Amino acid sequence: MSRVHDMGGRFGDGVVMPDAPNAPIFATDWHARALAVTLACGALGKWNIDISRHARERLSPKDYSRFSYYEKWISALADLLVETGVLTREDLRGQDDASVHALASKALRAEAVAAVLAKGGPANRDSRIAASFTPGDRVKTRHPGGSALVDGGHTRLPGYATGACGEILLQHGAHVLPDSNAHGLGEAPEPLYAVVFKASELWTHPEHPKDEVVLDLWQSYLEPAPEGAE
Amino acid sequence: MPHDHSDHPHALLPSDPALRVKALETILTRKGLIDPAALDEIIDTYQNKIGPQNGARVIARAWSDPAFKKAILADADPVLAELGYYGRQGEHMVVVENTPTQHNMVVCTLCSCYPWPLLGIPPGWYKSDAYRARAVREPRKVLADFGVTLPAETAVRVWDSTAEVRYLVLPMRPAGSEDLDEDALAALVSRDSMIGTALASAPSGGSGSIIGGSS
Repeated sequence: MSRVHDMGGRFGDGVVMPDAPNAPIFATDWHARALAVTLACGALGKWNIDISRHARERLSPKDYSRFSYYEKWISALADLLVETGVLTREDLRGQDDASVHALASKALRAEAVAAVLAKGGPANRDSRIAASFTPGDRVKTRHPGGSALVDGGHTRLPGYATGACGEILLQHGAHVLPDSNAHGLGEAPEPLYAVVFKASELWTHPEHPKDEVVLDLWQSYLEPAPEGAE
Repeated sequence: MPHDHSDHPHALLPSDPALRVKALETILTRKGLIDPAALDEIIDTYQNKIGPQNGARVIARAWSDPAFKKAILADADPVLAELGYYGRQGEHMVVVENTPTQHNMVVCTLCSCYPWPLLGIPPGWYKSDAYRARAVREPRKVLADFGVTLPAETAVRVWDSTAEVRYLVLPMRPAGSEDLDEDALAALVSRDSMIGTALASAPSGGSGSIIGGSS
């Protein structure tokens, strides 16, 4: 039930290679263009951040693994543009007509870029769902994991953290639920918490007895920890 | 929303990534769906205007001003908004403080979430499979890849950015920096020290670290 992007804890990836001092922000020009095209297309208003994340996650495991970072972005963007009807397969084949698109009035203009980037897209919302937990409460994450709403759908509960007992550390208020929002099922905001887990709760061979991992988790990912759970 | 395809539309574009980007940009421009000048503006913003120099200013101020530090640790968003550091991918900020007993380190195992208004675009290693896979399970070995060794009494707390909350590490102020002003302090704060894969640089011999460089 896993997807390839859910790689926390995976073995075999080798060393992390820090970049050289003064490394350029974009290693090549097309990285910068891929980022900019993707951000600009967001302004067309045909998807939200959760839909676009899920589009990258739905790349086949083979493509996800062999594509570099911005290759994932541009490929998922092309998929999304076709899925949402903005472009057709003929367009991607280069057989498009050159007529101006019905959405052209929504295109992000240079003079609007600074304001759009500065405005951001906050994810906090008012919610009808009351907070069930407060800092210090012991909780257990859902197991099995995966999206509760859509089989194989988007979720932000990583596989390595399912069925684990931890403690509420911070309350973040109520945030849009990605599991719902990624599938056009509404924002469904609910309480979000930072939950702290002992490394020994997550890993068979933790590096150090005092180490911890914190994840931001929505209320529907959590239940009260069973009595006596460590 | 449609689901898994056996024939992804992206395969219709050229397979070379540079050509793939160019082809899509050309199609979208021809249809009036993107403005090439807007792309230039986005790139200029993240190449020249928004970067780790923003985060370094915040850290230097926190080291210098106890009231500011208290405020930013308690509720960062209004403080950062006042400084003009609010924006895309930094809408919900939490600042976490390193101490002799706790070192903080930030990752996004599911994608590459990162506080853009304070640190800019994430470096390649932050987005790498190796960092995403290993940081949560063996942070000390990952730190060793960066040349960092922590004392045995220091616990590591790794923050996996699974929601729209973004985390910024407040590194420990280095010894010997007591007399420095905010500008000089900011020069000791590397990008990586605010992610938690480096410590702030010592002010040795006046050769401060280069902001944005790896330390």
